[in-house]
Amino acid sequence: MSTAETFITPDGRTIGAVMMEMKNITLRFGGVVAIQDISFDIREGEIRAIIGPNGAGKSSMLNVINGFYHPQEGEVWFRGAKRPSMKPYQIAKQGIARTFQNIALFKGMTTVENVMTGRQLMMKKSFLWQMLRVGPAMTEEVEHRRRCEEIIDFLEIQHIRKEPVGSLPYGLQKRVELARALAMEPKLLLLDEPMAGMNVEEKEDMSRFILDVNDQYGTTIALIEHDMSVVMDLADRVVCLDYGKMLADGTPSEVQKNQAVIDAYLGVEH
Amino acid sequence: MFYREAGQYNTTYEQDLQAFPIKQDKIGIAIWLVLAYLFVPFFGIPGLEYGFAMNAIMIPVLIFTITTIGLNILVGFTGQISLGTGAFMGVGAYACYKLTSYFPDTNIIILILASGFVSAIVGALFGLPSLRIKGFYLVVATLAAQFFLEWCFIRVGWLYNYNPSGAIEVPQREVLGWIVTGASAEPMTRYLVVLSILVFLAIIAGNLTRGRIGRSWMMIRDMDIAAELIGVRPLTAKLSAFAVSSYFIGVSGALMVFMWLGAAEVESFDVNHSFLYLFMVILGGLGSITGSFMGAAFIWTFPIILKELGKSWFGINATVMENVSLVAIGVMIVVILIAEPHGMARLWQIVKQKLRIWPFPH
Repeated sequence: MSTAETFITPDGRTIGAVMMEMKNITLRFGGVVAIQDISFDIREGEIRAIIGPNGAGKSSMLNVINGFYHPQEGEVWFRGAKRPSMKPYQIAKQGIARTFQNIALFKGMTTVENVMTGRQLMMKKSFLWQMLRVGPAMTEEVEHRRRCEEIIDFLEIQHIRKEPVGSLPYGLQKRVELARALAMEPKLLLLDEPMAGMNVEEKEDMSRFILDVNDQYGTTIALIEHDMSVVMDLADRVVCLDYGKMLADGTPSEVQKNQAVIDAYLGVEH
Repeated sequence: MFYREAGQYNTTYEQDLQAFPIKQDKIGIAIWLVLAYLFVPFFGIPGLEYGFAMNAIMIPVLIFTITTIGLNILVGFTGQISLGTGAFMGVGAYACYKLTSYFPDTNIIILILASGFVSAIVGALFGLPSLRIKGFYLVVATLAAQFFLEWCFIRVGWLYNYNPSGAIEVPQREVLGWIVTGASAEPMTRYLVVLSILVFLAIIAGNLTRGRIGRSWMMIRDMDIAAELIGVRPLTAKLSAFAVSSYFIGVSGALMVFMWLGAAEVESFDVNHSFLYLFMVILGGLGSITGSFMGAAFIWTFPIILKELGKSWFGINATVMENVSLVAIGVMIVVILIAEPHGMARLWQIVKQKLRIWPFPH
């Protein structure tokens, strides 16, 4: 993989310079090595997939990226600077948003409120204005509400705008979670199994939304997914992990042909 | 409640973000305010003796509503449980007492509102453990605050100006020529002061909980990990909830002593009261300002009503009825928790929803 400023995928999509670089990351929980000496990068504007069998360390990798876990060894570089050890809320400020494998919505709130939470960091009006909720505070609230409604329109969840999210079906909850992450206007969006447990139709919808997000907002996306056909269709580049080790890194067709990947998925004769 | 929102369209987000977007709800609130400001102060509660209606029902209910809103911000909106409410009310009351002795000429209403800041600071301080511990363990930590503060109210003589009785006694204070506190203050004046402060604080609570800060509280309550990944700093969110909640509770404590009891000792701030306020929050509805009104009014008036009914209908004496009402309230809490964990506020919503589609079942 060259370090050139831009890179053209076999599909003819141009992706930008390196945005995030993981250098020799090792993450251990006591004696268990979750991630072992893994290096890969994520480029501006690309859709990067992380695949691998269960327990390969994919989710741990996302947790390292958004600061929930701190690796024992290795460095994380974000936009040309080495990232110091940061708390998750500080990393959110850098423009990294994510969705969760098991939906982590705010169950006591409605859809629109959930999406509004994504604007939290962008709302600046002081406590006093919040108390009065007039003038600048109200203007701010309305302005962010408008942006949230655009995202709600974009993801086609207008009809459940005022529903409490706890009562929504699974597929819609996943979509609300995506809306909430989008409301943060992230530079890098991490999706942890966005299509887990969905039927074919819902998967198609979700794939379309992911491509649209990438296309319209120019958001860089890193996603974990088990459905290989989805990964092969969506991703510009794929990194494959197994037992915390890197098996392959490259375009979908390269990874698909890689013998180590095939062995990991199908098993080998010993 | 035979009304629907049919035909009322919100065309701007401002309209949609109002506290009461439906016209009939606005009229309802206006009627409540007119009743509270123009009817009750002059006529009390119909059928009850005026002084009793004011001193035994209206004033305490309004004060406890402030307490309940405060505790609801912490328990209902932020999901941090606290059993130190009684003591935090005490902090407000003792702070106000000290302020009146240092600034005898300052407007007492300003002092009451200022004493809330003292309890806000103390509350935030005792909220610090919440950054590390949750649930039952936090209950124990707040319980420790309760006992520590109670100990202070007894042992630190400076707090009650070394009064040999150990009690704080409310001095007489005037505002704009009206006697507001002290033994000769009229129930009507005290009622109006308490009511105005409640309206003011309820509006603030409503505004806070609907905006950015309220959302950060609810985010912490519903899913603290996700909240942190979205950029909410748990320290700020939790401590601000403790501070705001304790502010409300402190103001209500000051009001309780200055506008209602007239004098108070440590017993007025003990752990039993903390439980009482928690019952008001739970029964009224976690995370609901309207529910706070209902919870406080219900828990306070229910034993009184039961006592009166028992006396006039069955001739049972008051002491027996008091115990009966304790049992009844206990049973009621269990039943409500099982049937509707979101309390009376949710029941009210269900009733409204049913009436909205009446006479059809769906």
